[in-house]
Amino acid sequence: MLRGRLGSFLFQSIAFVLALGFVSLILLAVGASPLEAYKNILTGSVGSMRKFAEVLVSFVPLLLVTAGLLITFSAGLWNIGVEGQIVLGAIATTWALRQFVDSTMPPALAIFLSILAGMAGGAVWASFAGMLKTFGGVNEIFGGLGLNFVSTALTLYLIFGPWKREGVASMSGTEPFPDVFSLPQLPDLRISPWALGIALAAVLVVYLILQGTYFGLRLKAVGRNFRAAYLLGIPTWQYSLYSFLICGALAGLAGAMQVTAVYHRLIPSISSGYGYLGLMVAMLINYQAIWAVPLTLFFAALNIGSIQLPIVMKLDSSLSGVLQGVLVLFVLLVEGARQKFLKKA
Amino acid sequence: MNQENLLVGLAGVLAAAAPILFAVLGETLSERAGVINLSMNGTILLTAMSGFAVAYTTDSLLLGFLAGMLIGAVVALIVAFASITLKQSQVAVGFVLALTCRDLAYFLGNPFMGVSGPRLQAAPIPVLSDIPVLGPVFFRQEVITYVSYLAIFLAWLWIYRTRPGLMLQGIGEKPAAAYIRGANVNLMRYVYTVIGGALIGLAGPAYSLGVRAGWMGTISGLDGIGWIALSITIFGGWNPARAAFGAYLFALLQWLGLVLQPVLTQVPSQVLQVAPFPLMILTLLLVNIGNAEWVERTLAAMPESTRKFFAKLLRAMRASPPAALGVPFERD
Repeated sequence: MLRGRLGSFLFQSIAFVLALGFVSLILLAVGASPLEAYKNILTGSVGSMRKFAEVLVSFVPLLLVTAGLLITFSAGLWNIGVEGQIVLGAIATTWALRQFVDSTMPPALAIFLSILAGMAGGAVWASFAGMLKTFGGVNEIFGGLGLNFVSTALTLYLIFGPWKREGVASMSGTEPFPDVFSLPQLPDLRISPWALGIALAAVLVVYLILQGTYFGLRLKAVGRNFRAAYLLGIPTWQYSLYSFLICGALAGLAGAMQVTAVYHRLIPSISSGYGYLGLMVAMLINYQAIWAVPLTLFFAALNIGSIQLPIVMKLDSSLSGVLQGVLVLFVLLVEGARQKFLKKA
Repeated sequence: MNQENLLVGLAGVLAAAAPILFAVLGETLSERAGVINLSMNGTILLTAMSGFAVAYTTDSLLLGFLAGMLIGAVVALIVAFASITLKQSQVAVGFVLALTCRDLAYFLGNPFMGVSGPRLQAAPIPVLSDIPVLGPVFFRQEVITYVSYLAIFLAWLWIYRTRPGLMLQGIGEKPAAAYIRGANVNLMRYVYTVIGGALIGLAGPAYSLGVRAGWMGTISGLDGIGWIALSITIFGGWNPARAAFGAYLFALLQWLGLVLQPVLTQVPSQVLQVAPFPLMILTLLLVNIGNAEWVERTLAAMPESTRKFFAKLLRAMRASPPAALGVPFERD
């Protein structure tokens, strides 16, 4: 009963209950009612159409990033630099839009080209981590982290330097683009159906690549056993680089969505930690693309639902991060316990 | 800049390096035993918050530091348990803990934001502090900075000059051989990970009770410091002395960034503050590039004299991780 899919599901449910219990204890420790906190998160995320639209706004970049990370994880790579790849996507998109703002180009074409620029920006940034890894022997975790810091610096430099707002530069970001350069949104809601469609299409493509193509199969071979894959004649380091490029392009797409569908400008924290959160989602779904959509939606709902905690309950909104982290931690621990138990049985 | 300002600045560099030093030394011990503790960034934030909170509530600085060490040890224990006993990926567990502890720090630290509380005072060492130049730089510091000097020395002594230290090297390099020589590999890995975690846990209070007293939540400016410490551990080649050099170099660069700001007015201040990171990537590249295959091939194709020169240079920079780093040990 502990083997197979059902057993795995059973254990994950246990992990979920344990995580909820642990976070409830933390809430009790600070003198807050866990039930009230969870109720607030629920109403804050799906309580109204407007709130749910906000959840979807957060869902789009997170899903894109998670989809990209499924590719690098398949190749056995810890692309922690994904955060910076989102940022560079946003920077490249902003750069492209700035070129088109005063031109006679139709806005739709300008948006399309800017999004492509964003994907290219993310891919180029990812290729740095990839080349540091393949040609410099620098572990992708450390190369990626360093590049993340550099990307933040670059954003601040642009906002306070060459792209500063008329008058005085500030943390509120660059001058917003005219409305015609935004992806169209639903009436009265902040979510753009275009962004949503792009994100869902991306995760579908990733699922198909991993499940149904020769490329995906070889990528997974590289991830499982680099040396064996090499001996089988797979061009291993090229595959590592391809996976960085694909993930970077998807992260760049997430950054492009942040600019064209959400903020309409470049802001200092444009990546909003979605890269790191995407890594958590990928771990939580055990790198299975099929679970990406529901769990990304769940994490996005936690993010949005916790926003009103400071106002309603005087609790810090970082509770959502605690919940997400504790959940992933317990899933990892319980999975380890299950494997240990199975081995003994 | 006059001489006095320079000395005060250098003294500040030594003080600012203290928390990074604790973190780097703790990580070095842990990785020497074969366990990567990737949770460091979260641990430092959580211990900074809780160290300050405990010191504020109990009005005891010592309890603040002890609380930090205890929490650092507990987080490390989770990493050890998940990776050694449950055989889960160290990187995955460590990363999740890094994020979770960070958010936990922000969540639990909310009531302590911006509160002014106790902090360490400078404690000049009699006689030594009167030595010209050296005195003002080294010996007019807070107690925790003196502890950091001592920690470098002790960690180095332990790893390279004692029997258990020799065993520690063996556990990280060739666990099977160490096992045959009678070492309980997994137990020792637990012990060193937890001790390393306690050291990392000192880093937080060293900030919140010393370098930057108080707790400011997300604007504390501490987020990221753990990732830097992780890079310095590699830069340090798992050697406490070289790691200390890396930590001081980093602190020096950050200080230079601040000092140069008025001179380089056209460069936004935010850029200078992150200037050490590209340099960090560059040093990581220099440290690691000797391990890359194409470098060996290029070297082989060079004429004898140039090859000798470059090979020597690469060997001097190179740092190889403990061979069994991140690899679970099983008796079979």
